[in-house]
Amino acid sequence: MSDTLLTIRDLRIEGRQGDIWQPIIKCVDLDLRRGEVLGLIGESGAGKSTLGLAAMGYSRDGTRISQGSVTFDGMDLLGMSERRRRGLRGKRIAYVAQSAAAYFNPAHRLIDQYAEAPTSIHRLIPRGQAEQEAREIYAQLRLPNPDEIGFRYPHQVSGGQLQRAMTAMAMSCKPDLIIFDEPTTALDVTTQIEVLGAIRDVVRELGTAAIYITHDLAVVAQMADRIKILLRGEEVEEQPTRDMLAAPKEEYSRSLWAVRSFTSEEKSAPASDEVPVIRVRNVTAEYVRGAPVLDDVSFDIHAGHTVAVVGESGSGKSTTARAITGLLPPVAGAIELDGAALPAQLAARSKDELRQVQMIYQSADTALNPKQTIREIIGRPIRFYLGLRGKAQEEKIRELLSAIELEPDQFIDRYPAALSGGQKQRIGIARALAAEPRFIICDEVTSALDQLVAEGILRLLKRLQEERGLAYMFITHDLATVKAIADYVVVMQKGRVVEQGPKGQMFSPPHHPYTKLLLSSVPEMDPDWLDTTIQDRKKG
Amino acid sequence: MTSISLKSVPLTALFGIVVITGFLLTGLFADLLAPFAETEIVGMEFEPWGGDYLLGTDNLGRDMLSRLIFGARNSIGIALATTVLAFTIGTALGLLASVLGGLTDQALSRLVDMLIAIPSLVFALLLLSIFGTSILMLVLIIAMLEMTRVFRLSRAVAMNVVVMDYVEAVRLRGEGLGWLVRREILPNIMAPLVAEFGLRFCFVFLAISALSFLGLGIQPPTADWGSMVRDNAALITFGDITPLLPAGCIALLTVSINFVVDWMLHRASGLKD
Repeated sequence: MSDTLLTIRDLRIEGRQGDIWQPIIKCVDLDLRRGEVLGLIGESGAGKSTLGLAAMGYSRDGTRISQGSVTFDGMDLLGMSERRRRGLRGKRIAYVAQSAAAYFNPAHRLIDQYAEAPTSIHRLIPRGQAEQEAREIYAQLRLPNPDEIGFRYPHQVSGGQLQRAMTAMAMSCKPDLIIFDEPTTALDVTTQIEVLGAIRDVVRELGTAAIYITHDLAVVAQMADRIKILLRGEEVEEQPTRDMLAAPKEEYSRSLWAVRSFTSEEKSAPASDEVPVIRVRNVTAEYVRGAPVLDDVSFDIHAGHTVAVVGESGSGKSTTARAITGLLPPVAGAIELDGAALPAQLAARSKDELRQVQMIYQSADTALNPKQTIREIIGRPIRFYLGLRGKAQEEKIRELLSAIELEPDQFIDRYPAALSGGQKQRIGIARALAAEPRFIICDEVTSALDQLVAEGILRLLKRLQEERGLAYMFITHDLATVKAIADYVVVMQKGRVVEQGPKGQMFSPPHHPYTKLLLSSVPEMDPDWLDTTIQDRKKG
Repeated sequence: MTSISLKSVPLTALFGIVVITGFLLTGLFADLLAPFAETEIVGMEFEPWGGDYLLGTDNLGRDMLSRLIFGARNSIGIALATTVLAFTIGTALGLLASVLGGLTDQALSRLVDMLIAIPSLVFALLLLSIFGTSILMLVLIIAMLEMTRVFRLSRAVAMNVVVMDYVEAVRLRGEGLGWLVRREILPNIMAPLVAEFGLRFCFVFLAISALSFLGLGIQPPTADWGSMVRDNAALITFGDITPLLPAGCIALLTVSINFVVDWMLHRASGLKD
């Protein structure tokens, strides 16, 4: 038995666009030894997932492997029959996807789906033994109630538990290789740390080799023995993790590292008698009568300042935004704009009140109407709020496009489909600016973007704030973003504000226990961070 | 959507487009094309093909070819008017239900459920015998029944658009219902609606033909393909295929429209981004 498990040589993969085949992966080599974990990182579109799937001898619809070889344990994966490949998949090579919720069949219990591969597909072990092993692996992955949890349906467990159940499923045939495709990207930081720890321990104990795909450097630093960086289908560099973190050789690698260093000076606190642009005063809101999702929430947002609202999903961050915009009228408390109460109902607000409060969305894909050109998207609020038409309107559109650093002549007649993710998000910003508001709600505006692009967006927002004296409310679960842009931080948990204060104070002890948990869950570049943190928590 | 080059159109769709255009032109210029008037009795009953009467005469001695040509105008025109009406009402109500939601949606949806629950041919027969069989009544009743299907489709596809962030952005901006529906939602659901329009047109056409065949549709002496089949059906027993001509026209048009619709559906699904 040789030491090398997987060898990829000179791999080229192409994807079809219309009638033309465009290269996705251009000549990539990859080696993986038994029990080794390789981290694959890169921006979206770099070909990480495509390469990961190719390691299973699989290419998605509309793509083809045009050249190269994939050798798994001495077998030529590309040359063998589809039938033999299927025999390997699940048994010797397994796959863990980003969104476990989308990959589980909602109609079957977790344990049935766990047992499917080892019993009915590959016929390795009887059902009873599979159930017994499932309980053991569930316990190893630190799932609560390992004896019982398998008998639940996917919707009855949380996202983090489902992700671990999927990892357990991948382990069910004791494979030699597991491909992890962004397994924790969709999870909260507090959940992510548990899943990361669990995955790593199991992989180590069973000696499974893994390819770990992610765009988060800090995560890959915890998981991988070696790191390979991809850019537009080509390898930038590959090094052992510690060497890579200490001394990346290539310019591009260094730029990935630099992103996290973007921070801003905290602005001095506003004068105590200054009237805030937005005051959220003792707001309680509920979707179902008697079950408040917001409970007595209060904070102020001053002109030129950024308030970051942080918390896990379900903590009430976005609901706060809905209460401020009037989509969910509070049952108690009030929202004040410049010291005057805003009508709770959206329909009762005047055009000018509506103009002052604008919103930028997380997913620029769904925030821009695909059937309107940039001119229409930005032009409409200009005409609607400011009453500008014709030449004045056109000038204003061009001015806004220049302000968001997009060349007007090049972009004004495009549809959103012809823009990149970062450009779409910029158009979303321009649409909000077009209303000439005083206050903008940014709902996770950077979380769907690659780190370099996200940094560009944050810098742009920062500049616009300085130029126009805007007040921002920044909803985010990413504390790096908070460090980069916030002046004031509001920490939310289960619909309540657990702690709030200026950024400097929030990032230095003493902390509220929940704030401490959030802060300590953010992965750091240090490869020992995961061990140290888990150790600390066990002690504490 | 970009312009379509003729080369990218598949052969079936091209065939469909040619046939539909042919029928439409025939209907439009029926007066010029037809050798005789629509209801004029020009000869003996059931005269054979050839001579003055290219396709013979019908059961009353009217020229078959002229009747076919005028039939194109009547049958297609009435079916088109009915389909347009069904789409106008159905789409408007469907969009209203999806945008307003709540009680409006409940009321409209349940009403439509009720209408759908009754077999439409039986319902149409019932209504036509109550209100009489004028062309206006025929158009209104069929449109009312077909509207229910359009309502369901437009409501379902609009629901997918209503939940988008850009619709929320427009609501937050304070835009009125008109802008929301016309500018934000309608352009995004056009593709399935257009495809459905073609299919609905076929169903409406067949429904009217069926009703005419039963004697409750388009009334004599107006030329109409459905009733022409019925009137000349007796000839079939003598091995004469004349009654199959109007039936063939119906079939040809239906198949052609389906070819075009299939192609449109294919394009719509391919242009999802």
